[in-house]
Amino acid sequence: MNREAFVNKNMKILIVDDFSTMRRIIKNLLRDLGYNNTAEADDGNTALPMLQNGNYDFLVTDWNMPGMPGIDLLRAVRADPRIKDLPVLMVTAEAKREQIIEAAQAGVNGYIVKPFTAETLREKIDKIFERLEQQQA
Amino acid sequence: MNPSDEDTAAIFKEEQLARARELVQLMESGDEAGAGRLIEELGQTHESVLFSQLGKLTRDLHEALNAFRSDTRLAELTRQDIPDAKERLNYVVTMTEQSAHRTLNAVEESLPLSESLAQRAGHLRAEWSRFRQREMSLDEFREVSAHLGRFLEDTERDAEKLRQALSEVLMAQDFQDLTGQVIRRVITLVQDLEDNLVGLVRVSGQRLAKPEEGHPETADRDGEKDNRGTGPSVSGTSDQGDVVSGQDDVDELLSSLGF
Repeated sequence: MNREAFVNKNMKILIVDDFSTMRRIIKNLLRDLGYNNTAEADDGNTALPMLQNGNYDFLVTDWNMPGMPGIDLLRAVRADPRIKDLPVLMVTAEAKREQIIEAAQAGVNGYIVKPFTAETLREKIDKIFERLEQQQA
Repeated sequence: MNPSDEDTAAIFKEEQLARARELVQLMESGDEAGAGRLIEELGQTHESVLFSQLGKLTRDLHEALNAFRSDTRLAELTRQDIPDAKERLNYVVTMTEQSAHRTLNAVEESLPLSESLAQRAGHLRAEWSRFRQREMSLDEFREVSAHLGRFLEDTERDAEKLRQALSEVLMAQDFQDLTGQVIRRVITLVQDLEDNLVGLVRVSGQRLAKPEEGHPETADRDGEKDNRGTGPSVSGTSDQGDVVSGQDDVDELLSSLGF
């Protein structure tokens, strides 16, 4: 079965990172993978209202950000009934085991450590939606 | 000199002046024994003031030294954080160097490809216009047609190579995020160090500040460790705790948690 079938290429994706260079990298990688419907935010405080009002299908967030860090954004998303089921992929340089476990316990759907490759990003996105599809079936 | 010191000095001067007047009186009246006693007394008062001031200075110095010793943040800074900062800045140098090389390699691969494509396209365009103007024999056309076929194949292949090289250039820019996080951490450290040095100068200079004051960064730093994240872990620093070594480690850990 075609893997691509799991993923809707028109889905609306929010990219959250305090470094504009990293946002551009992720945005270009996503475009390369066929996802063109993306928006950006530079920390959790700007991202949360966008998520609450914007009908997003997918969130890609950094951890270490001034203002609201990614882990708090993840918790805020899971705590809000309107967006609690939003798939969240963390893309971060935070590499301590306890942090990865913390993110898993907070309900993250995927975790990528920087530096990462385009292939890793594609793999994790496919895997997240594959799993969601299986859960719904 | 603070006001209480001034007061003490004024009182002391007043007392000395009164004694001096008394001394003149005693000497004028011919009381040699009384005058001798008073002179001795004057010397003693002076000595006792000197001793008490010396005592005060010693106590202050002692307190300042104790305050310095109990300021563990400064000790921690010099023992751990400053050497760590050197490693972090080395990491920045290495990362930026690697990224520059990745970018330059991709550019060096791409330039000959784009030059060759442009050159061959130019050559074929000239042949094509001769064909359009019916200046070409059938044999020549067969040859050009074969060239064109090969050119299209090569263009397809080389355009993919160029796309890969451009992706490589794109990914090489991740250094700005990674080194930026590390540099921010070093900036926080320098700020912390500055605050602590200012505190130290206060303690040892004018005794205006208590040693507890002067490092407002400490609480902030701890909070940061808890939640905000600390950026990339740099080898050879205190970061080397229980850190994953790459994406494979992350995947393994997550799958052990049922992911």
